[in-house]
Amino acid sequence: MANPKPEELAKIDYQPPKTGWMDTPTVFKPGIFPYACKPKSLETVGFPNPRQWSVKDEDWKLPPNWQEIFIEGLRERVSKYRSFRLFLDICVRCGACADKCHFFIGGGDPKNMPVLRGELLRSVYRKYCTTTGRIMGKIAGARDLTTDVLKEIWYYAFQCTECRRCSLFCPYGIDTAEITILARELLNLLGLNIEWIAGPVANCWLTGNHLGLQPHTIKDAFDMFCDDIETITGIRVTPTFNRKGAEILFVIPSGSMFADPGTFTCMGELLLLHELGLDYTWSTFASEGGDFGFFTTNEMAKRLHAKIYEEAKRLKVKWIMGGECGHMWRVWHQYHNTWYGPVDFLEEPVSPITGTKFENAKSNKTIHICEFTADLIKHGKLNFDKSRNDNLIVTFHDSCNVSRGMGMFEEPRYIIQNVCNNFYEMPPQTIREQTFCCGSGAGLNASENMESRLRGGLPRANAVKYVAKKYGVNMLACICAIDRAALPPLMDYWVPGVRVTGVHEMVANALICKGEKKRTTNLRGEPLPGMEGE
Amino acid sequence: MGIIFSFFAVIALIVIVFIGVQGANLHYLFGVVIPYAAFFIFLLGVIYRVLQWGRIPVPFRIPTTAGQQKSHPWIKTNPIDNPFTATGVFIRMAFEVLLFRSLFRNTKAELRDGPILSYGSTKWLWLGGLAFHYTFLIILTRHLRFFFEPIPGVIKIIESLDGFFQVGAPVLYLTDLIFIAAVTFLFLRRVVIPQVRYISLAQDYFPLFLIFSIGLTGVLMRYFLKTDVVGIKELTMGLVTFKPVVPKDINIIFYIHLFLVSTLFIYFPMSKLMHMAGVFLSPTRNLANNNRAEMHVNPWNYPVKVHTYEEYENDFRDKMKAAGLPVEKE
Ligand code: HEM
Ligand code: SF4
Ligand code: SF4
Repeated sequence: MANPKPEELAKIDYQPPKTGWMDTPTVFKPGIFPYACKPKSLETVGFPNPRQWSVKDEDWKLPPNWQEIFIEGLRERVSKYRSFRLFLDICVRCGACADKCHFFIGGGDPKNMPVLRGELLRSVYRKYCTTTGRIMGKIAGARDLTTDVLKEIWYYAFQCTECRRCSLFCPYGIDTAEITILARELLNLLGLNIEWIAGPVANCWLTGNHLGLQPHTIKDAFDMFCDDIETITGIRVTPTFNRKGAEILFVIPSGSMFADPGTFTCMGELLLLHELGLDYTWSTFASEGGDFGFFTTNEMAKRLHAKIYEEAKRLKVKWIMGGECGHMWRVWHQYHNTWYGPVDFLEEPVSPITGTKFENAKSNKTIHICEFTADLIKHGKLNFDKSRNDNLIVTFHDSCNVSRGMGMFEEPRYIIQNVCNNFYEMPPQTIREQTFCCGSGAGLNASENMESRLRGGLPRANAVKYVAKKYGVNMLACICAIDRAALPPLMDYWVPGVRVTGVHEMVANALICKGEKKRTTNLRGEPLPGMEGE
Repeated sequence: MGIIFSFFAVIALIVIVFIGVQGANLHYLFGVVIPYAAFFIFLLGVIYRVLQWGRIPVPFRIPTTAGQQKSHPWIKTNPIDNPFTATGVFIRMAFEVLLFRSLFRNTKAELRDGPILSYGSTKWLWLGGLAFHYTFLIILTRHLRFFFEPIPGVIKIIESLDGFFQVGAPVLYLTDLIFIAAVTFLFLRRVVIPQVRYISLAQDYFPLFLIFSIGLTGVLMRYFLKTDVVGIKELTMGLVTFKPVVPKDINIIFYIHLFLVSTLFIYFPMSKLMHMAGVFLSPTRNLANNNRAEMHVNPWNYPVKVHTYEEYENDFRDKMKAAGLPVEKE
């Protein structure tokens, strides 16, 4: 499907329609919605109501008692999640969140204002779970759950990347991401998932990772990485897999094992950990740090996540380190201790290189590789030749999840500033806790909804464009696998000429390793600055 | 539609008082019974709602982190916007409740040709909201003069500060002016800003009209219409001492004021006004971001079906062996 030209797409009309939102039917626009899930994906994990259906069809082949299922599910969840109940109850519709959502900013559809996204479900909640709504109906903001209403909830639940930017600005902290998460759970009860999420979930169940990489495939991919690293640096790195008794289990998002430029991040990590002589192992079973289950139901998220700790237990490692990924870190940081803890079979993480105790991770025993690397640099354990990154003029994209679901801002910046000479920040209202989503998070990085992704990514891209013009920025650094997949097409569309890199790719490029040969290219095989002729 | 409905709902309330008090002489009903009922509905209603929320578990620790986390000692953390300790949470909540911290962040997105997006800071809603809530609070506090004999010193101090400029007779209270202006502002932005108008429901206009009418009748009583303050105080003291009396000849405007306030009290627990209590319970604000350092327990956590390593190895054993990967069972 051809996308409109950027000039066309950027003509955005923020004026809401004349008719009230309840009376304005939702039109399903191609390019905005992802495709329906296949029955097989749901069957693999035992999700309810698998069937062949299509979003474009009038008939979604809902089970006959679908209303009952949905409403019972809603009632159950408002009594299990205080967040959900409270957020449905106390919104004052002040509108502070309205223009904070990247999908609204980039598209102008009023139902993409977080408050209205919430109202879509809130109106149903009022009807079936509150007395005023039941009695007074529409004037109390309540409405019946019809198939059109269900479809509308679906359409907008899959136009929310659960980035939580709205929640930052809400005076009560109402988190529309939380509403979307539970709306998706309800839709999932009816088998209304999308293939781009359900497929990876099924893969992850069977093979341990979203991409469905089997153990020998992972091994092969790493063999290739090792060959490339050897060609470039003269060093043969020797990663181990599923090795019992290693000190540390290292887990990354599988995206970084498979597709550029994520693979370069993975190679960077390989080189760094080898240079340190770290006693660590990879796992082909715990081969996915991310968790697309989180975009279906909390139960599924937990089911997929358990393997990380299970594998740590089986391999008898001391603690776990996680690679560069966004939603993975929302889950690892805010959920997995609660799902799986107490994690008393592991030890409190201590860096074997610096002796630093990671006090902030003493209970769940998992640390972020950026925390680890920043600590190494601070203790002077790494030597860099920053000039190897001199061709890069870098800016940093804060991933939503690590920003608003964890608060890791300084660690990656500290690393970047130690490995490259040219670093410029985007405007303050587009970074750190106020960062804008790549537009493709929470399982929305399919290709059929590209227009929606490009629109949702506009605020991010526009901020990159600003620094590209002002400082000549040509490299967008990030610490997220979805970003590394989603940002390149976004840049090509809105800011051609800006490329995307993981932080540890830049680390490895600048890292001076013991016994390395004179490097002439970076990990991508491109000449280093000053080596263009060689 | 919502706006018209709410407008006429408030008009209807006023008409009811006219009919009830002027027409049917139900002074006791409007002066005593309804206010008592309203007060207890308010009290019990708010308690009920808070307990209802409080009973619902908080399965996950999901603070919205708005600043640097605590990691290494040499990295400067933001202990308030991203609290690690209970003290930090307390301060964060105090900022939220007393100063509307999150609203203070507000920005306005603007799109110009290019496209160029910008996000200028905008503090109007924050300022208007703060003005509205604080003047509301002060006015409410000032009203305590009707419920105490003698009037406590604090209240007299508030009154004299409020009337600091000594304009007019009776002295003009600054808060009255700001209050009316703030409510008007909150209403105007609701109808003027297209997005906000689009999301507004009857239940958003109703409290504004109601509160505005309460303010207006109050102002009318104080500055413009003659009302029998001594009689009113007799009535209010009767209410608090549980010896209700209904003095004769209190102006109807007082009964309107009182009935609207009663309506607000009754309406409060079943409406969005419960945000007053809800904000304290909000899990994105009132939890510390120490998930990795302290385990948060989900009371309804249950075992789930997982795909075990054993099953995985059974599926892939031959391939693993061929690739030289270690296996549990040869
Ligand atoms: C802990 C106490 C309270 C806090 C922290 C609080 C906070 C807020 C905030 C931040 C807003 C949004 C901004 C705005 O529209 O002004 C708001 C709106 C509002 N509050 Fe409160 N509030 C509290 C108590 C109350 C009380 C006691 C009332 C009285 C009835 C009240 C009535 C309202 C109304 C009517 C609005 C909506 C204004 C509009 O329609 O735009 N609040 N509150
Ligand atoms: S900022 Fe919060 S209270 Fe205001 S409209 Fe949005 S969700 Fe509702
Ligand atoms: S979580 Fe993000 S994508 Fe979802 S409504 Fe809020 S701002 Fe929009």
